[in-house]
Amino acid sequence: MAAAGLALATFGGVVQANPHPWQLNMERGASTWSHVPYDLNNISLWVCVVIGVLVFGAMFVAMFRFRKSRGAVAEKWAHNTTLEVVWTTIPVLILITLAYLATGGLTSWADTTGSQMTVKVTGYQWKWRYDYVSYMGKPIDKVGFMSRLDKQSDDTRQLGSGMDPYAVKVGDEQTYLLNVDKPLVVPVDTKIRFVITGGDVIHSWWVPALGWKLDAIPGIVNAAWTNIKEPGTYRGQCAELCGQDHGFMPIVVVAKSKADFAKWLAEQEAASTKSPPPAPFDAAAPATAAATPSR
Amino acid sequence: MSYAATHDQHDDHHGAPKSFFQRWCMSTNHKDIGTLYLIFALTMFFIGGSFAMVIRAELFKPGLQLVQPYFFNEMTTMHGLVMIFGAIMPAFVGLGNWMIPLMVGAPDMALPRMNNLSFWILPFAFILLLSTLFLPGGAPAGGWTMYPPLSLQSGSLAYAVFAIHLMGISSIMGAINIIATILNMRAPGMDLLKMPVFVWSWLITAFLLIAVMPVLAGAVTMLLTDKYFGTSFFNPGGGGDPVLYQHIFWFFGHPEVYIMILPAFGIISEIVPTFARKPIFGYKAMVFALACIAFLSFIVWAHHMFAVGLPLGADLFFMYATMLIAVPTGVKVFNWVATMWGGSMTFETPMLFAIAFIILFTIGGFSGLMLALVPADFQYQDTFFVVAHFHYVLVTGALFAIIAAAYYWMPKWTGNMYNEFWGKVHFWNSVIWVNVLFFPQHFLGLAGMPRRIPDYNVAFANFNMISSIGGFLFGASQLIFIGVLIHCAFFSRKKATDRVWEGAKGLEWTVPSPAPHHTFSVPPVIHDEELAHGNVHA
Repeated sequence: MAAAGLALATFGGVVQANPHPWQLNMERGASTWSHVPYDLNNISLWVCVVIGVLVFGAMFVAMFRFRKSRGAVAEKWAHNTTLEVVWTTIPVLILITLAYLATGGLTSWADTTGSQMTVKVTGYQWKWRYDYVSYMGKPIDKVGFMSRLDKQSDDTRQLGSGMDPYAVKVGDEQTYLLNVDKPLVVPVDTKIRFVITGGDVIHSWWVPALGWKLDAIPGIVNAAWTNIKEPGTYRGQCAELCGQDHGFMPIVVVAKSKADFAKWLAEQEAASTKSPPPAPFDAAAPATAAATPSR
Repeated sequence: MSYAATHDQHDDHHGAPKSFFQRWCMSTNHKDIGTLYLIFALTMFFIGGSFAMVIRAELFKPGLQLVQPYFFNEMTTMHGLVMIFGAIMPAFVGLGNWMIPLMVGAPDMALPRMNNLSFWILPFAFILLLSTLFLPGGAPAGGWTMYPPLSLQSGSLAYAVFAIHLMGISSIMGAINIIATILNMRAPGMDLLKMPVFVWSWLITAFLLIAVMPVLAGAVTMLLTDKYFGTSFFNPGGGGDPVLYQHIFWFFGHPEVYIMILPAFGIISEIVPTFARKPIFGYKAMVFALACIAFLSFIVWAHHMFAVGLPLGADLFFMYATMLIAVPTGVKVFNWVATMWGGSMTFETPMLFAIAFIILFTIGGFSGLMLALVPADFQYQDTFFVVAHFHYVLVTGALFAIIAAAYYWMPKWTGNMYNEFWGKVHFWNSVIWVNVLFFPQHFLGLAGMPRRIPDYNVAFANFNMISSIGGFLFGASQLIFIGVLIHCAFFSRKKATDRVWEGAKGLEWTVPSPAPHHTFSVPPVIHDEELAHGNVHA
């Protein structure tokens, strides 16, 4: 049963929004907001492509037509007010359009009100800690754990290990450096507020499928929100240089249906009341089978 | 013609001290000091380049093959510091030293002894910085930005801080010298609005340097006292704030970005009209755009910090201000294209590098515009997309302009023509491999690869290998440059004429090639038609 749930959560017909070979562009992501950076990226890219084609096109025409070897004779003019007004005004109009689109997207991102769940994320050298604060208006007690690089990746990544990064897999997915021992589990269709801070140096919590990254800074509590649309496993990495193992502190978010999440949360709460509560810094917190889809 | 006296001299280095030590170590001559700066910058370019080779070699395929992660971080940190403070900035100061007095008709820099000091500080600063690689604990590894608290964990912080203090003193003295020279030493008739755009670009850059180098010195001094003297500027445990450092650093850091690109704009604005044989389009607009960009550079610093969690209002302000920069920058690009339009173009090596600059710098500008959009930046920030962006701006931007300037003025410096064939071989290799090197990094960033990591998921393997191959070949291509330089300086038999380029205008082309040790001891008589911008109302 646990194995079946694990299989379903990992690759059973759910969204995989993780990097793939020869990937050229950003992906739409999996949250209600993640299309904002994706759309802005695509729109601004096309704007740049069009401007680039026009400008570089004009340049290549000039380089062909006005060559000395073709007998071109230099003209004397060095000024054209109309032209200068035009190519100052048009970029301004394009910029205003882009700024308008970006402002709307940013304003919706900044609004963390009305969230139904709160998770506290703390960055440490070199692992993440997740503490479940509240769900559906009720406080959650003693559900929190460390999340660090999975053992298979960790063994493989040692200098001169002789092990093959391509052999690190979960099912068919190649998860080298993108898998953890215990992922963050969250429900879908829920506005989740993340409060993010740092325990030692600055880290940055980034899951591309959620559409944003936010720095985890000691002494500061940052807030951002997400609302994941579909169950799935979403992978990310620390995005702010934080020391020698900065490249080795991935993030894995497993999104479950609300019913599955409620069941998972109940199990976690039961486990934490049965066994002595794990010390906040104890990275070897016991992991139940249901919470470990990676192995 | 403007300066007949030098034509009578038979000794090119008339008046130059005979002893090597006196000539080079005690020099107060703007040309010799310019040469020293350029040789220093070239040396640092290869040292910083060798660090980049280590980085690309480790990233050649997934898994750690060559270096430990901490050493990898030392390499990224030192690559950034050496390339910015050791290669790009001194190269521009060297070009300014050599060319500004020649371009404004001054006999030398305004403050020649300070000129000597500001150069000779640099080798000591970099010996201090580079020595950390051989010390226990290693070099700084917290990134060239040295964000606390991470940078405070480094045992070599003090070395980096003192090295930066020295570089800062050197830069400030250099900037004062350039401003004093341009404002006081111009030949009669060389009005401000008749100056070459390169001189304008350096005048504006020098003001930026004076404004922001002390800010950097303050920021790193606070790091020093936080680590060694128990202060808590950036330590939340003592009431400080790590984000404060980022604000101070980027208040320096963003103008610094323009310190590294404005002189490049100036160089391109000299080269394009020469080889198009047509005056630069919109001279006044070009100068005004430089000033605009310089002003805007002071109010956009937090666009490096969108992922820090700034208030909504701050995000919006810095986004709008940043987007505004696209307007004057666009004007510059359009004006360069309009300069070519209707010209009579030839494509010698300096022109090839200048054209590559315009196209590839513009691509860097495009990704800069994309990065300005805050929600998109939430995805781009701290990924290889940013790495690709700033390398397009700094390598195919600043560095290509420096190389173009070297080819453009080398005949004036050495009196010999460089080998055009090998110059073109150098160009085509550089321009192809630099794109193989940096273009795929856009894709890596968009697919989600963070920067400053020594190892990565196998999904990123293909483009990393392509990028590394491009990196090795781009690095190797620069050895051709060394060959061309040495050949031109010592072995070339083809003597350069005084004018060198058919379409060249400006005072620097009125002195003999090679430029004598002393020029313009008597101020030249300015004939407006000899200047590129003699009549800006035309």
